[in-house]
Amino acid sequence: MTTYLTSHSPILMEVTFLVGAALTPIISLIRKKLAFWWALIVSTLGFYFCTLAAAELYKSGPLSYYVGGWRPPYGIEIKFDYLGAFAFLILLLNIIILVYSKKYMEHEIREDKLPVYYTLVLLLVGGMVGFTITGDIFNMFVFMEILSLSGYALIAITEERLNAMASFKYLVMGALSSLLLLVGIAFIYNVTGSLNMADISVRLKEFAAPTTAYVAVAALIIGFTVKAAMFPVHIWLPDAHGLAPSPVSALLSGLVIKIGIIGILRIVFSVYRLAGPINFTYLLDVLEWFAVATVIFGAFFAFFQDDIKVIFAYSSISNIGYILMGIGLVSVANPAGSVNAMLGALTHVAAHAIIKTLLFLSAGAIIYKTGLRKLNDLKGIGKKMPITCMALVIGALSVTGVPGTVGFWAKWYVINGAFESGQIFFAIALLAGALMVFAYYIKIINVIFFRIPEGMDTKIEEAPLSMLIPIIVLAASCMVYGLFYIYPTINNYFMPVAKSLLGIL
Amino acid sequence: MINNEVIAKAYSSINYVVAVTLFCIGLYALIIKPNLIKKFMGLNIIETSVFLFIISSGYVKGGVAPIYTHDTPVNALFVNPIPQALILTAIVVAVSVTALALSLIIKLYDQCGTLNANKLKELR
Repeated sequence: MTTYLTSHSPILMEVTFLVGAALTPIISLIRKKLAFWWALIVSTLGFYFCTLAAAELYKSGPLSYYVGGWRPPYGIEIKFDYLGAFAFLILLLNIIILVYSKKYMEHEIREDKLPVYYTLVLLLVGGMVGFTITGDIFNMFVFMEILSLSGYALIAITEERLNAMASFKYLVMGALSSLLLLVGIAFIYNVTGSLNMADISVRLKEFAAPTTAYVAVAALIIGFTVKAAMFPVHIWLPDAHGLAPSPVSALLSGLVIKIGIIGILRIVFSVYRLAGPINFTYLLDVLEWFAVATVIFGAFFAFFQDDIKVIFAYSSISNIGYILMGIGLVSVANPAGSVNAMLGALTHVAAHAIIKTLLFLSAGAIIYKTGLRKLNDLKGIGKKMPITCMALVIGALSVTGVPGTVGFWAKWYVINGAFESGQIFFAIALLAGALMVFAYYIKIINVIFFRIPEGMDTKIEEAPLSMLIPIIVLAASCMVYGLFYIYPTINNYFMPVAKSLLGIL
Repeated sequence: MINNEVIAKAYSSINYVVAVTLFCIGLYALIIKPNLIKKFMGLNIIETSVFLFIISSGYVKGGVAPIYTHDTPVNALFVNPIPQALILTAIVVAVSVTALALSLIIKLYDQCGTLNANKLKELR
């Protein structure tokens, strides 16, 4: 039985979510509040299938699954490889966020909208999992659309005044970038006659007309950077992530923007394998400069915000810059020499997912209890809600990269990679960016702990236990993961991903 | 320089010329028009242009639909069905995006009382 489930686990973990999402409205006909328990059961089941696949991955290498039994160049292939193992992180964080969102969403939206919320969350997670593990570029587009559409709808789920506008802005940018992805995929199909990633990477080597391949990779990378909120195309992010309900912000900021990064990794390293018919040196150089701009401007704009969630949203932009920098620093001539930069980028994908989920959830707990979100109104909140605020401080220290926390190792490896490739300017710019981030997180810590409360309700106390436990778990994992990163089992997780992407495994 | 040769070439690839023209019209509407519904119509026009472009890339001159029956000639020329299948999927996606966007616009009008992008900017 277990072997049967294991061999089918790649398809089961996404189908569970898509079927579960379709059944949620029916289940909630019985009782509206049943939707939460149903979503939790579906998520746990999906997580179970993912653990089966992950165990198999580390025992005997990547799993391939042919949907409907059709062989790869013709049928759709699902590939649970080392990069696809990020599905594990997505599913784990999803369960934590779901547990948190029970109380929060009952408070935030009308009861008859709860099934809608859980349906959309299941669709969003199913889309993310499908995107991460698919081996077919058109399938990637379809899953990207599933997750984007549910993301747009989730932002507008509350009755707040500006949410529909934020969602619409995200929708227009997102739809344009999806069209770019479609154009890029069509170009790749036109030059290679195939949609399967492994097959394309073989066929591209024999291909002699580079212009089309350049256009395709440019369209795809621009499309994915819009989804990942790189600097000039980040304008949708602060509104969307700042105004959405907190669990949704956590999902969007922690996981959905990383999907854009995973898309870039898939295209550049799995499909083109850093070569194909074209020269990636210039493209990665351009990406480096945009990454520096993203780091600096993301940190810079955060200074002028007073809404605590908008500050976190800008900090997400800044951190995406670090990840893009790690990818851009990979040297085309000598991929084996840039393992550190790649390792940093991949560690930061996971680290930032955990940290940003923690930050948004603890900010959400504060908003849940006080209804306040402006920094100046939150003076001295740390004395009223000590556990939540300590978790928020751990998150803030992690995101700035204080040694001993998870954020430190990610930034350490990226900056190390910059020094190794001789790009001293980028290393200095990254350190300066880290300092700027530190400055505004110090401001937050100062306000919530060391100011005297003014005019705040004296009866404010800690958030309910079902919201507190996810926050404590995330804060603890930030510390544990930071302190034991060097410990072989954890380090052994990211190394194979980096090496398999760089083609040196 | 426009001579007969250029015109003949443009005519033979009329699909692509139309696709690029539609793309420009759509982009113009998306950027310049202040009304959100018109902006979204611009996006729909861009979608159409991309669909036309990709469908054209799979077309073979004189090709027939790739359905094999008893009447099909032995060395018949088939058009490529995969771009059509892809675009069929993309059209479904585009319809859902349109539905979601229009419902967002209704909600936005209820909450803010205007659909003018310039006025919406001042609301924040």
